[in-house]
Amino acid sequence: MMDAVERPAASEPDLAAIAADAVGGHAIGRPTVYVYEAPVRICHWVNAFSIVALMVTGYLIGMPLPSVEGEASANFVMGYIRFAHFAAGQVLAVFFITRVFWAFVGNHHSRQIFYLPAHRKQFWREILDEIRWYAFLEHEPKMYVGHNPLARAGMFTGFTLFVAYMIITGFALYSEGSGIDSWQHKLFGWVFAIWPNSQDVHTWHHLGMWALVAFVIVHIYAAIREDIMSRQSVISSMVSGERQFRD
Amino acid sequence: MGAAMETFYSVIRRQGITRRSFHKFCSLTATSLGLEPLAADRIANALETKPRVPVIWMHGLECTCCSESFIRSAHPLAKDAVLSMISLDYDDTIMAAAGHQAEAILKETRAKHKGQYILAVEGNPPLNEGGMFCIDGGKPFLEKLKMMADDAMAIIAWGACASWGCVQAAKPNPTQATPIDKVITNKPIIKVPGCPPIAEVMTGVITFITTFGKLPELDRHGRPKMFYSQRIHDKCYRRSHFDAGQFVEEWDDEAARKGYCLYKMGCKGPTTYNACSTVRWNGGVSFPIQSGHGCIGCSEDGFWDKGSFYDRLTNIKQFGIEKNADQIGVAAAAAVGAAVAVHAAMTAVKRLASKRADANQDR
Repeated sequence: MMDAVERPAASEPDLAAIAADAVGGHAIGRPTVYVYEAPVRICHWVNAFSIVALMVTGYLIGMPLPSVEGEASANFVMGYIRFAHFAAGQVLAVFFITRVFWAFVGNHHSRQIFYLPAHRKQFWREILDEIRWYAFLEHEPKMYVGHNPLARAGMFTGFTLFVAYMIITGFALYSEGSGIDSWQHKLFGWVFAIWPNSQDVHTWHHLGMWALVAFVIVHIYAAIREDIMSRQSVISSMVSGERQFRD
Repeated sequence: MGAAMETFYSVIRRQGITRRSFHKFCSLTATSLGLEPLAADRIANALETKPRVPVIWMHGLECTCCSESFIRSAHPLAKDAVLSMISLDYDDTIMAAAGHQAEAILKETRAKHKGQYILAVEGNPPLNEGGMFCIDGGKPFLEKLKMMADDAMAIIAWGACASWGCVQAAKPNPTQATPIDKVITNKPIIKVPGCPPIAEVMTGVITFITTFGKLPELDRHGRPKMFYSQRIHDKCYRRSHFDAGQFVEEWDDEAARKGYCLYKMGCKGPTTYNACSTVRWNGGVSFPIQSGHGCIGCSEDGFWDKGSFYDRLTNIKQFGIEKNADQIGVAAAAAVGAAVAVHAAMTAVKRLASKRADANQDR
């Protein structure tokens, strides 16, 4: 279920053999699996850059730059920042929806981050294993073709839930400007039934940004660390789509 | 202020207009509107038979700032609204009758105009201790409100008190002051929030109801769309400075003198739905931002509990000491960053140690 792959019998890497490989002494065939299909990779990078742009512009909307001099008609600083924020937000929304769509038509790895098999005992046992691995209690990590269960839970929370929340509150806030007859207000106006004072929606949207900052830090760190420590490709997989196992 | 149903015609006659002039007015109106020849008779008939809407105006926990605002209405004049457009049968603050006489009007209105009168409520009922924190005519205001609401056609919730709760409902709300729509759930309620609402908005709502004989279109929160569908920010005359990125940074700086945007000074215009920036106050003279002070968001839900009027970011009290979103966010991100750094360092140490062990084994 969780794509756990049995580690090859000789789990200790033969340093001498790898050294020989580096100078072309032996050719070692490495198992490679195609995991991330092109739409998944495209969505990943578009969403990543949108989120970074949204964080920067969003922060500057909450905490504007120092005042500019001159006539109001000669400047449009806040206008451009807000435009960039709204544009990036709509791009993120479109590619998030595309990614959800791909979960239905793509391979089974593409569905991983949209739900958690929380009813299965094995899932929780494997999460515990992963926590032990990150707490330096396991000597060797389990190998997975897709996300490990802990990463899956992290992606589900940090990406699927957080980004969906930001898109919903974001469009609700956007509807304040586009008016109560706009489609944004018709679709997302219910947010103001939860928080009648839109000042609260602004505050919660702002806190959502910081939650995403925390997610991004963990996401990037885990990707780099797994790439080094788990003896399988992680970062390059999101470019090529292929996961290579190095043992 | 009698409770008898009065028509517009009787009011017109009372103001010294002859029946001949009345018919001239009806004919002229029909002609100028380009209506059919019989229309003049129908207008006359409508004015002769259509009753003025009886209004009962009650006061719960409040400061009477709504009434103070209302009597300053310029278009229409408050006296026209009160004396000609509606039949204000009861308003305990400004009426001549008192005591049993006043209470009798309430009883009479309920009996005579069952389901036809408008109940205008200024202030709200406190629910704690069975409503004992607001006694009106020997009874808790809560009971009086429920009694009058039962037979009303619709309810107007005047001001932030009746609409949202306002200062008496601010934390910790010891009397449990509660907005009208949380107490009365079986009648249409028009919220006209503001502390106070703009005079012309108040009379405007009444004019709409008496002119068209129906309630104005309301938004999601029950506020009339015509006055509350846009934010102060959307129609603010300083909006161009906001878009340009020109802000007042301190109260006495050059930007303040130039009239730049008050966003950084905690102006709540971007989150406040009201008509101040279009209708303005005191007959259109000014409004807070025009006078150099940010909007405090007085027509919004719980505006007393959203931190300082002068902060851009709301203080969040759930985190113990009051913190704003950025302080919490930076702390959380720093904690995660530090955890990641420590974890990375431990990983590196572990890896070096195991490599050394492997190397020793090989030797």
